[in-house]
Parts: sequence; C-alpha cells; structure tokens
Amino acid sequence: MLDATPAPLVQVRDLKMYFPIYSGLMRRHSGNVKAVDGVSFAIPAGETLGLVGESGCGKSTVGRAVLRLYEPTAGTVVIDGEDVTRLPAEALRRKRPAMQMVFQDPQASLNPRMTLARLIGEPLDEHTDWTQARKIERIQDLMDQVGLNRRFLNRYPHEFSGGQRQRIGIARALALNPRFIVCDEPIAALDVSIQAQVVNLLEDLQEKLGLTYLFISHDLSMVRHLAQRVAVMYLGRIAELSPSKDLYARPLHPYAEALLSAVNEPDPVIAAARKRIILKGDVPSPANPPQGCNFCTRCPKVMDICRTVKPALTEVEPGRLVACHLYGITSAAGPTGASEATERNQQGVTQ
Amino acid sequence: MPDGAQPVLDVRGLKTVFRTRGGEVHAVNDVSFALRPGELLGVVGESGSGKSVTMMSLLRLLPEPPAEIRGGQVLLAGRDILKLDAEGLRQVRGAKVGFVFQDPMTSLNPVFTVGMQIMEPLRAHKGLDKAAAEKRAVELLELVGIPDARKRLYSYPHQFSGGMRQRVMIAIALACDPDVLIADEPTTALDVTIQAQILELVKELRAKLGMAIIWITHDLGVIAGIADRVMVMYGGQVVEHAPVRELFANPQHPYTRALLQTIPKISGAREARLKVIEGQPPILTGAPAACPFRARCEYRHDACDRQNPARRAVDGQPVGGGHDVACHWHAPARTEAAHA
Repeated sequence: MLDATPAPLVQVRDLKMYFPIYSGLMRRHSGNVKAVDGVSFAIPAGETLGLVGESGCGKSTVGRAVLRLYEPTAGTVVIDGEDVTRLPAEALRRKRPAMQMVFQDPQASLNPRMTLARLIGEPLDEHTDWTQARKIERIQDLMDQVGLNRRFLNRYPHEFSGGQRQRIGIARALALNPRFIVCDEPIAALDVSIQAQVVNLLEDLQEKLGLTYLFISHDLSMVRHLAQRVAVMYLGRIAELSPSKDLYARPLHPYAEALLSAVNEPDPVIAAARKRIILKGDVPSPANPPQGCNFCTRCPKVMDICRTVKPALTEVEPGRLVACHLYGITSAAGPTGASEATERNQQGVTQ
Repeated sequence: MPDGAQPVLDVRGLKTVFRTRGGEVHAVNDVSFALRPGELLGVVGESGSGKSVTMMSLLRLLPEPPAEIRGGQVLLAGRDILKLDAEGLRQVRGAKVGFVFQDPMTSLNPVFTVGMQIMEPLRAHKGLDKAAAEKRAVELLELVGIPDARKRLYSYPHQFSGGMRQRVMIAIALACDPDVLIADEPTTALDVTIQAQILELVKELRAKLGMAIIWITHDLGVIAGIADRVMVMYGGQVVEHAPVRELFANPQHPYTRALLQTIPKISGAREARLKVIEGQPPILTGAPAACPFRARCEYRHDACDRQNPARRAVDGQPVGGGHDVACHWHAPARTEAAHA
C-alpha cells in the first residue's frame, strides 16, 4: 500500500513503541510515552532511507524497535520476508546476522577491555563454528575493508581516535555479512573532517556489498547526500516521506519546511538571502502529545481541523507521502482517528 | 593594527601550554586577533584546535597548573588582563566580558533558581539591592524571549528545556552590559529548529545592544549566517582569517578549502562523493616547529616540515585587518569570481 517498489527488503507497518509510565506510591501504570506511534515505511534492497528529526522525535527508537532491540508494542517489521516482531527467541537469534546496527557513540559501544580482534570477532564466535585461523582471516579481511591497519589486531579501543573507533563499530556490524544495517547517528560524535571519511566508507561498502541502510541522523545535509528517500519524524510519527531530491527542493509538510529552513547553509551569500521559518516554542512531551495533528501547537499554517483530527500519511504526489490536512485528504487516520475526530480538544492551544 | 575604530579586545601573541606527564602540550600557539566594537568574530575549528582554550585563556579561566599562559597580551580597553590580580580579574569576568558556555545543562547550577543565578552578577558587580536586581532580572528574561518572566525567576534549571536554558545563560552573560560576549559553541547541543531560534535572538540582541561578540563553533553553516569576520584555527594556531564572504568565496589555506568541501550542501547539486581530509588532527606535544597541518595537506613541500608558516596578508591589508593566511603555499590567483 505504501510503496509501489516490488518486494522491499524492509517493510515496516504501523510500528508502535510505547514506554509505560509508572507513578504514585503504588507505581501504577498511569500512562505511556508514545515514543513511536504508528510508523510505516519500506526500504528496497540496496537503498538508503534517511530518518531525520529532532531529539526526542523517536527516530532512534524506530531503529532499535525495527531490529527488535526493543519489543515493539504493535506493528510488523518484515525483513527479507520474515516478520521479526513475531520470531521466537531462537529464530530471532538466527536472524540477527542479517540485520545489524552501527551505534552513535563508538566510545560507549565498544567494550574497553576487549582487543580489536575480540571485538570484531565476537559476532563470529557467537554465530559461526569456524576455526580460530579462519576467524582471524575474516577479521583481517574486515579490517582491510573498513580501512584499519591489520597490525592493530591486538590493540584496545582507547588507542584509537573517534573516527577509527567508528570503523571498528562498522567492522563488527559487517562481520556476519548482513543485508540490512541500521546506522544510528554514526557520525554525530565525530569531527567535521572525520565525518566525510566515515560517510564515504559507508557508501563504498553499500556499493560493494549491496547493503541496505536505515540512516538515522539529525544532520539534514548529510542525509541529503546519502539517502535516496527521507522520512521526517516529529513526535513519534512520520510527517513526510519523500524522495530526497523532492523533499529538499520543495518540502510539503510544514514541519519539514521549517526544519529544512533552519539548516545553516555554509555559504554567507545564500544564508543572507534565505528566509527562515522560526518555529515558536518547544516540542511537546510524547507522554502527552497534542490532540489531532501532533505538530498543531507549533505549526505556522495550523487550521481548526488540525486540532481535532489526526492526519494520515497519504500519497499526495507520486512517491511523496505527507501527513497534513493542507493536502486536502481529510480522512481520519488509523483506528483511533475516528474517535478523536469527535473528541473536544482538551489540550487547548498552548501558546 | 586594523584600521577603523579602536578594538575593544586586542589579543597579541597569546601562548598557552599544558604541562602533562607526556610533555608539554602547546594548545594555543601565538594567537593574535582584534575585536572591533559591535562586530561578530566567528572562530572555527575542530575539537583540539585550541579555540576554546584560547577563549578560556583570555579570562584566565583555566586551572593553572596544569595550564600555563606563557606569553602574549590581552588588552581589554587598553588594559592587559593577563597582568591583573585576582580582584582585578573578578571585576572583568562577567562584568566587562560575558561568557556563554556550550552546555547549559552543566553550566547552570541545578540547586539554585534561575532568578538567583541571574541576580548574582547584578548584585556582585553592579551592587544592586534585591528589589532592583529582581527587576533587572525580569527585564533580562524578557529580553531573551522567555515568556512569563516574573514567574520563571523562581524556576529551577531542570524545569527549562535546552533552548530555554541557553536563553537563560545568555541573559546571565548579558546581565552587566558587557562590552564583549564570548559564546563557546552555544548552539551545538541544541536541535536545529531551536538553534535557529537562538541565532535569531543573538542577531536581534546584537542590533539592540551593540556589544562585540566572539562566536566559537565547528559549524561553518552557523558562521556563514551570523559572522562578520572569521578566524579558522587548526592545531592551536590561526591558519586563516578573513571577512566572512571573502573566506567562503576565496579560501586560501588548504585546510579551509578542504573543510568547505567536506560538508555536504543542503541545496544545489548533490556532490557525488565527499572530499576527505585524510589522517587525524595533530598531537600538539613538543614545540611547534613545523606547519601543524602538514601531515594531512595535499600541497605539502619541504618548507612545511622545516618552518611553521607565519600569517601573511593575502589582500595587501595588514595582518589581522583583512584576509591573511598562515601557509607556505601560495594559492593560485583567485579563480572563482568573488561574490559582490
């Protein structure tokens, strides 16, 4: 329904990830943080989908829930024909080699007491019954692929710089020949001159190994460079999902528009000429999102309907999905949309 | 020195070293710049380039030891700050020079209300009584765009969002009408839409209050949007210095050029492949006897290993006044037409 491309490698439908809130003396379940609230997308094999948004919008949670590092509250995640949300433990373990993750902070995600050989070899220990010699051969091969010197085999993570550590993280993710890798802000902790090194490496590996990426980032320029299609998230939902070139040329959702206008172009002439849309206020809490459209409290183009009816993610132009009432289709979204349509807006306008 | 008005802040030949067990680290090496009244000087560099240490050295905010300011002058309205005693320094910090730090979460005290933290410099430097300080604190919070200012005086930092906390930090820095505001990566910890709010606020405040600002960042996009002049730092040194449009249109130092090409653009044609600066930033132990960028430079030649290049003018103006660069290599005459 959402994607015309035949048989995408990754197909996520209506993914929800709620974290319960317990409060009071009895620690009663008093509500949920709706970190991800009905997210759907598909990624064709060999493509990169960029997932952008501000902190707290749920983009990292999507990445983790897709790989079932969290148990999703609802929804399906089909990777290579199998719904990973339903797999029993042992089957999930056997599925793990196909889906891997590169984490944001290579300082925190690498065990400081393990040598490079053990770090990169750990997935092999876990999932193969290879001999030590064969493992070492594979580890050295991986180090070549990510541009680490083979002599560093017995060194520890603290002996490496941030960019090199991220290469170790990538080598670990590649060890078992995955088809799909979630990259969660892999360059956010790196210096500008090192970011390009890692991004180029990811691109080279994708081309060589036919990898499919979900690239999670808050860096909109880098996502433009890397991704074929981009999903913009706001408060647990996708506001717009469009081909990269269309989104950056002409964003349709007002949030996408504001977000892109806030990016600083490294060119003083363009910067002086650009009109910025300055959003007022802060992102509301995902524990208590606004009624109707979750962007209605900050949207410069807000209408009455936005405060009551949740807009569905709908194809408004070929290949472009937008969740906004500006684009005419006023049908309420999902199973909860209909009831909310009749509800009064209890939240009020917080301005 | 630069033409025009007398600079409000004039830094000459500043040198800061850290004594460590592994030897001396030359974190700031012969840094000179002048800040004119009302202008915004952008300082760009990667982590370890010395940009923050330079600014901390100006106000002697570094613990000594291990830090040691080994030379130079920091003239604020003609007076050398580096020669001041503790009491003299106290009168400068927060009063003449305001400081906004990167992370508003760790630089605000969590156990005092925001109001108390804004009133502290007012009472210490301006000698205001409680009522007057409170009145001024409300004005300041309104100035930086915090709604419901009077009520918010009694809130604690954790009750504010990241963007609001940074506004509070700016209010504190502005409390005593400083001549110079030093902002060290003030928007780095913030989301882009909140960052846009803060940048807009600073532009407004600058127009309204007219203080000179030093803005430290690693983000060339931010610099392009707000700076008048830019100083690029690498390995503890100033490698290039120019008016903002000149720097982006006609970068001279190989590092500046490469840096501008490593960042992807948000508009225009998508670059096929990002340019990479190979290698790692230098480790600054030992005396800086050669160009700090030489190991990563594509134009490296013999002279780069033998001698640390001095800053030289590119456009005929005195060094520090126009466009200057510290590089042995002479860039070919400007090829791209400079923007009008």
